[in-house]
Amino acid sequence: MTNQEKYNEAFMTSFSISADKLTGLTYQSIPEWDSVGHMTLVSALEDAFDIMLETDDIIDLSSYEKGQEILSSHYGIQF
Amino acid sequence: MTIEQILDIPPYSLGREDKQALLDARLGELTRHHAAHCDAYARMCRAAGFDPEGSYPYQAIPFLPVRLFKEFELRSVAADEVVKTMTSSGTTGQAVSKIYLDRTTSANQTKALTKIVSSFLGTSRVPMLILDSSEVVKNRAMFSARGAGILGFSMFGTKRMYALDGEMKLDLEGIQQFLEQHAGETIFLFGFTFMVWQHFYKELVRTGYRPDLSRGVLIHGGGWKKLVSEQVSPEEFRARLHQVCGIEHVHDYYGMVEQTGSIYMECEAGHLHAPVFSDVLIRRPGDFTLASVGERGIIQVVSVLPESYPGHSLLTEDEGILLGEDDCPCGRKGKYFKIIGRLKNAEIRGCSDTYAAKFQ
Repeated sequence: MTNQEKYNEAFMTSFSISADKLTGLTYQSIPEWDSVGHMTLVSALEDAFDIMLETDDIIDLSSYEKGQEILSSHYGIQF
Repeated sequence: MTIEQILDIPPYSLGREDKQALLDARLGELTRHHAAHCDAYARMCRAAGFDPEGSYPYQAIPFLPVRLFKEFELRSVAADEVVKTMTSSGTTGQAVSKIYLDRTTSANQTKALTKIVSSFLGTSRVPMLILDSSEVVKNRAMFSARGAGILGFSMFGTKRMYALDGEMKLDLEGIQQFLEQHAGETIFLFGFTFMVWQHFYKELVRTGYRPDLSRGVLIHGGGWKKLVSEQVSPEEFRARLHQVCGIEHVHDYYGMVEQTGSIYMECEAGHLHAPVFSDVLIRRPGDFTLASVGERGIIQVVSVLPESYPGHSLLTEDEGILLGEDDCPCGRKGKYFKIIGRLKNAEIRGCSDTYAAKFQ
């Protein structure tokens, strides 16, 4: 799996959504991405990339796009 | 200063004058905001003879009794902007407070809590043992204060394990496995005071199981009422926990669902501390004037966070004593205080105390 696929997979399984919903997805924009779902997503991303996110990054992870930016700039994951 | 800038200030770094200026500005802004967006709040200000547009120190801002959130639907945003409704913990048959959160307030609560707790736990996240049952967070749209507390603190856990099952039984095997997996790491434990005592401490005593939590940090809150009646003091609570699991770092916190996020943490010296994001004012029960250091009174809490509901200045039903300001031996700036307990005839509140009421 490419990093992009792993990243998408983490979102889709955490929120039970399909790939076409990913672009532009933001925190609290769907019922599944609430504070509980957020921590599920964080765990899924951490498992998928074998990383540990800093608390500041968890807070900043406010959209699908923002998450990619955080992973590539702070954790060296290339998309 | 914007709320984003305020949230970037280290939580225990401002001395009295700087904090006064910060709170005068931010709480004044919130008072005007709520008066403009919540009719009921504007009417209460008028009834109290208070002009939100005037010039005043934050100590002069009216305080709403926390009970009002049970009786009225108080919000300062449109209903469709509410993303989460939090409810207070209440014993069966009690009315519960409803606190309406929009995205901004909810996000700022998380940020404030993170800043405060990181200054005790460190910024790197660690394995977390939650001394409660996962049942508490099942209903996602409607959070109890207990669920919100657990979730808020979950931010600091890498791997999380709930130590209690649906019947509030301690999962000894699960805990053993969890600790073996994370041997040598700092373990963050979180729970509500009475649950920690009843379902963790007492179970360890009863079963003779002695986990090694010498590298553990326990944060607990939610009220002491039941433990006071069992004559367990905070010192004894710490000492007895240390006996059964070797834990050295135990921090109580004081907070409430009406002002989630801007909590008051107990320092190494055993004092509760107001962070930059909130403050306590101790008021004399007779005339509500400000009490002096060392004098007991009713606790008023103010917080820079609430934008979606008018809860930035509240009168609690707790009694406390201001111990000092800017000069705690732990080195943190801001006020430090202690809680005496609930006012006589007040309702039972608090995540720990409402649960404990079932054990009487």
